[in-house]
Amino acid sequence: MSENKTDALPLEYSTHQGQMNIVGFWIFLAAEIALFSTLFATYAVLFGRTADSPAPAELFEAGTVLIMTFILLTSSFTCGLAIHNMREGSLKGLMVWLALTLVLGLSFLGFEIYEFVHYVSEGAALGSSAFWSGFFVLTGTHGVHVTLGIGWMIAILIQLKQRGLTAVTTRKVFIVGLYWHFLDVIWIFIFTSVYMIGMVV
Amino acid sequence: MEKKHSKYPINHIVGFALSITLTIIAAWTALSSGLPTMWIIITIMALAVIQAAIQLFMFMHITESGATNAPWNMMFHAFVIAAIIVAGSLFVMSFGFTHDHGGGDHHEGGGSESHEESQEDHEGH
Repeated sequence: MSENKTDALPLEYSTHQGQMNIVGFWIFLAAEIALFSTLFATYAVLFGRTADSPAPAELFEAGTVLIMTFILLTSSFTCGLAIHNMREGSLKGLMVWLALTLVLGLSFLGFEIYEFVHYVSEGAALGSSAFWSGFFVLTGTHGVHVTLGIGWMIAILIQLKQRGLTAVTTRKVFIVGLYWHFLDVIWIFIFTSVYMIGMVV
Repeated sequence: MEKKHSKYPINHIVGFALSITLTIIAAWTALSSGLPTMWIIITIMALAVIQAAIQLFMFMHITESGATNAPWNMMFHAFVIAAIIVAGSLFVMSFGFTHDHGGGDHHEGGGSESHEESQEDHEGH
């Protein structure tokens, strides 16, 4: 069944296996949305219950958060360009843009670690209050996902170097791309409902 | 289903420019527009939904499909579930004190004063 479609579809869709893997990954992402929604709900319910620890408006810095957001948005863009290059058949373009995505992801992670260390030094740690527990679990889960994505991307870059563009490697790149864009979607909601609302209310 | 693949990644560039613009608008709305808090929250949440849609449609190729249906329908279901979980939790756990914008003898914002009240309730332990 895959034979007659090979010309019309990009390489990652060219095999039945590849198509099933991509659909399966979308199902995983749908489940991830449910996971993050429970964390958002927990955070929203515990909002404001800071007990004796600092209030979020005292600690959140608009500058840092905007830089992190722009880094992640840009990395999503470069990841999209990587997929675009892959579909053009350019292995070099794909690897360059993917490596750039990786660098941006690492700098995002650096900012997030700096931010967490700063908050803990100001007396807002995981165990300080219900609010900060909700905050660290939500943003921390996102940070863990970014960390996993970085490790995953490094592994895929190594495979691309070794094997070039095949139906298997393009499918893997496409899926890690979906994952990376998805993390950006989650971050948009963290940026809005955690940081922006936290600074306003 | 698959659009003609253009040499120049115009979709990505437009999506990127839009998402940066929307982020700046959201930050300005929240930090220096001076709108009432409830309007700020409604505005920036709406902007976030638009941005998420940009990611899904312009970057993630959500309308593409292989042998099966395109994945946008199950992602739509997932977002509905997410909205129900978040709104339902807030309704069950917080309804009744987060919407109190009335009292004037506390501090500034409507939200913070109601949270103070809720903390006083919990001070027993």
